[in-house]
Amino acid sequence: MNAQAHQGPAIELKGIGKSFGPVVANKDIDLVVGKGSVHGIIGENGAGKSTLMSILYGFYTADTGEILISGKKAHIPDSKAAIESGIGMVHQHFMLVDTFSVVENIMLGAEGGAMLDKGIDDARKELKRLAEEYDMHVDPDAIVGELPVGLQQRVEILKALYRGADILILDEPTGVLTPAEADHLFRILDVLRNEGKTVLLITHKLREIMHITDTVSVMRRGEMVATRKTAETSMSELAELMVGRSVLLEVEKQPAKPGAPLLKVENLNVKDERGVMRVKNASLEVRAGEILGIAGVSGNGQSELLKAISGIEKAQTGKVTIGTHVIDLTGECDAAAMRDYGMSHVPEDRHKMGLVNAFSEAENSILGYHREPKYSKGLLLDKEFIRKEAMERIEKYDIRPPSTELKAAKFSGGNQQKIVLAREIERDPDVLIIGQPTRGVDIGAIEYIHKRIIEMRDAGKAVLLVSVELDEIRSLSDRIMVMFDGEIMGERGPEASEQELGLLMAGVKNTEAA
Amino acid sequence: MYETLILVLDSTVRLSTPLLFACLAGLYSERSGVVDIGLEGKMLGGAFAAGAAAYVSGSPWIGLAAAILVSCLLALIHGYASITQRGNQVVAGVAINFLAAGLTILLGQAWFGQGGRTPQLDKASRFSEVTLPFADSIQDVPYIGLLYSELISGHNALVYISFLAVPLTWWIIFRTRFGLRLRAVGESPAAVDTAGISVGWLRYRAVLICGILCGFSGTYLAIGQSAGFIKDMSAGKGFIALAALIFAKWKPVNAMYACLLFGFLDAVAIRMQGQEIPGIGEVPVQIFQALPYILTVVLLAGFVGRAIPPKASGIPYVKERT
Repeated sequence: MNAQAHQGPAIELKGIGKSFGPVVANKDIDLVVGKGSVHGIIGENGAGKSTLMSILYGFYTADTGEILISGKKAHIPDSKAAIESGIGMVHQHFMLVDTFSVVENIMLGAEGGAMLDKGIDDARKELKRLAEEYDMHVDPDAIVGELPVGLQQRVEILKALYRGADILILDEPTGVLTPAEADHLFRILDVLRNEGKTVLLITHKLREIMHITDTVSVMRRGEMVATRKTAETSMSELAELMVGRSVLLEVEKQPAKPGAPLLKVENLNVKDERGVMRVKNASLEVRAGEILGIAGVSGNGQSELLKAISGIEKAQTGKVTIGTHVIDLTGECDAAAMRDYGMSHVPEDRHKMGLVNAFSEAENSILGYHREPKYSKGLLLDKEFIRKEAMERIEKYDIRPPSTELKAAKFSGGNQQKIVLAREIERDPDVLIIGQPTRGVDIGAIEYIHKRIIEMRDAGKAVLLVSVELDEIRSLSDRIMVMFDGEIMGERGPEASEQELGLLMAGVKNTEAA
Repeated sequence: MYETLILVLDSTVRLSTPLLFACLAGLYSERSGVVDIGLEGKMLGGAFAAGAAAYVSGSPWIGLAAAILVSCLLALIHGYASITQRGNQVVAGVAINFLAAGLTILLGQAWFGQGGRTPQLDKASRFSEVTLPFADSIQDVPYIGLLYSELISGHNALVYISFLAVPLTWWIIFRTRFGLRLRAVGESPAAVDTAGISVGWLRYRAVLICGILCGFSGTYLAIGQSAGFIKDMSAGKGFIALAALIFAKWKPVNAMYACLLFGFLDAVAIRMQGQEIPGIGEVPVQIFQALPYILTVVLLAGFVGRAIPPKASGIPYVKERT
């Protein structure tokens, strides 16, 4: 594909193994990454991708095996050694100092002398040169914490290049980006490849792999199961390799049969604690038997919308109607009351709101409903009944490992989400509100969760789905609304194109003009 | 009136000095992400060491060296608990305070048998006042003479060192590589680690600087301001310094102003002892003594606006990916 792609490998891993106690994270991994290529590593969450990259970047040391950089054996005990070997990494959670300016972040660890004055001038010059060479412009004096995530990521890439990285590892780089920002990132990766840099792209998104990589390696349960030329493989083959069986990428569903409106939100305005309007005059309606999807880049008011509708936080103005109950969102309402009216809520952040990580699976399975008479025996909880019910749900939802006593923190993301989902769906609510249902969830569980959501719809429930995953919104929703800067930008059908929705997500209202 | 003002300001400077040393000490530690509630204990330990060593050796400088040594040892204990062992920094700091409070009295009694104090020092083994050039000759010039000879001149060396430490600290924090890394490690240790810099070593250095400055602070209490160590002589100054640090939003120059403010209140309290206030009469001295503490509560409760500490302060760094 690329002329430079076959000059001999930039990285060679031989027999890399790494265990954390009894858990084998990486098992006998071999990998060859060609110089000047974009090499994708794909796999489900927990497949061992991040561990492998952490070994390469010196965050962990491998138990067995060896690493060769440009044909030479390399010993990488810490990040310093990795940087010296020409490896740069863009972490999933950016490793930036929010209160520092761009130039301070770039020079941290490569200051060029004990005094800063000269270093800052040099860094500025070099930053300008890099910006021109790779078309990555960013204001050197901007405070990093105030930049949008797309630009923060650019700072991370520039940081790696500033240190002279020839090999760039990107860990789930598009998780936080808009489609437009992601496209720009891919153009940058293209330029980097043309400049002879080697890029390792870690992702679980098949489309990105197909779009940008030359070669792709698939990891499953700590092992490297296959390496393919991207041009010679397909999404379905890769998906199958990832999970070890075929998966449905498209969600199968019948056309919706919408009934009477079950959930109505009117004139919702929400201010955050700093007094910034986060939701502006939002109104929506969800009917029985349909899924309304709310798309948008994260941080555009979706979280506040969810919190206000579910009664967690007060709104400035607005009321919600659940069935026949009209509830004023500005006053005396709380999450428990909303549940009594027949609304269930799967919160977007399961660690903060959905689960108590230190509690057992069984305890988590009754959170928020623990006051119900059926769970108590006199003054005490009826542990026996709780455990029995939890076990039934574990079987029904295929929660693994099947233990009611294991702490919630010990389950994988997908299984944690199933615990929350089981708890909320088994209430048989009329209205289901669900935020980021598959964030940090592996493919097998995604498929399952999507199926349950469709089942809820087909059982005549009203489902309000909020997700930053556009694919998810498009494949599940019967109607799609897009939020931008707290406003609902418009409504589209599920057939709306990605570009059209992308423009709305970027705040461009008149799609005809664009 | 003018003379009174000068005298109050003069004692403000003297009373601010130990606060200023301790406040800057805390600044290094907290900027690196290590919350230091043990300033008090390090001051006290340092004060005892200064008093004891100055008495034995007869030299204030050896007293200072001993104070720095002891204070750094306590700082290393705090560092070991909170950096290496990733323990709770507040608990470790409180432990340092108890350790110092108990040990100083125990050792003082065992060595000198004077109920936990160290013997009175003669003038030669204390830091005595430095008279700046021309202080005597221009003393009689109106206004300026008094200002120069009383307020500017006539303090001991440690006072001048404490105020010189302010621009020095500013320069180190904002103009050197060490300062940049120090600020970074308090905000985002993971960013520092992935940049190939050791988080632990950086924090240990910060904690040691904190120990050195606390040593100065303790020395000033025992053999600058007084003529020997008295039990519990730090009397909460370490906590006031911590309050000043928050009030100053972890900035060196602000820290100086905050410490001067607390020193000023202390000076006023002393000045007002037994004085009649027109229209009110004699106010119990306890009210004035309580004033700095009341002010601390009021200021910290909201008058300074939001004081945002370094983001990672108080959190041990665990090298782990989430």
